[in-house]
Amino acid sequence: MPDAHHLLFRTLADPTRRAIFERLCREGELTVGALTARAGVSQPAVSKHLGVLRQAGLVRDRHEGRQTHYSAQLGALAPLIDWTSHIVGFWQSRFDHLEDLLKRIDQWANL
Amino acid sequence: MGKPVTETLSVVVEREIPHPPEKIWRALTQPHLIEEWLMKNDFQPVVGHRFDLRADWGAVGCQVLAVEPNKVLSYTWAAYGLESVVTWTLTPTSTGTHLRMEQSGFRPDQQQAYQGAKGGWPRFLAALEQVLARID
Repeated sequence: MPDAHHLLFRTLADPTRRAIFERLCREGELTVGALTARAGVSQPAVSKHLGVLRQAGLVRDRHEGRQTHYSAQLGALAPLIDWTSHIVGFWQSRFDHLEDLLKRIDQWANL
Repeated sequence: MGKPVTETLSVVVEREIPHPPEKIWRALTQPHLIEEWLMKNDFQPVVGHRFDLRADWGAVGCQVLAVEPNKVLSYTWAAYGLESVVTWTLTPTSTGTHLRMEQSGFRPDQQQAYQGAKGGWPRFLAALEQVLARID
């Protein structure tokens, strides 16, 4: 698996981090304070998770006065979606081959 | 397998196939037939048996986990450093068989699997699809 995928998967493998990302997807731009209110972990922990998400390109920050606002970058998920559809595509083609084989077995039986 | 599956990313492919489960089972478990639709192999339908699936691009290391004739076949699938499990489920229907393949366990960080979790990958991906649909 390429490094970009690895980084993305590692980043989203953490349930707390994924929950933060999901909230940003659902609710749009939020501050660290707003995210901490329902994250179940401390503000420094949330900040650390946001830093990791930002490194993976999954969130963007915007400074406004003393507040930093974070928003989800859905485009960064493209490699995950591509990779999943690649696996699905592999198995779809194997299913096609399997069906072909099952038809051929019938023909062998009729010989 | 006793491991929590909450941190697992899985891929499911399902299809209605107009052939009985017994016949599909043969195609899933007889090496010369497996080779016809999947890859060259030294498969045996015996729990614990280790086998390789070989293609031009390399090999997949496998071990049989479950064998329930005409119903369930499960084996590990290790390729590119990724450990996963492939499970085939055959359910008879009035016109043939509902065949389901689930490949699960794409865990980039094994340790995460043992942490308590709020919702797993499938839920995450489902939620994501909803979000993407709204954006369109």
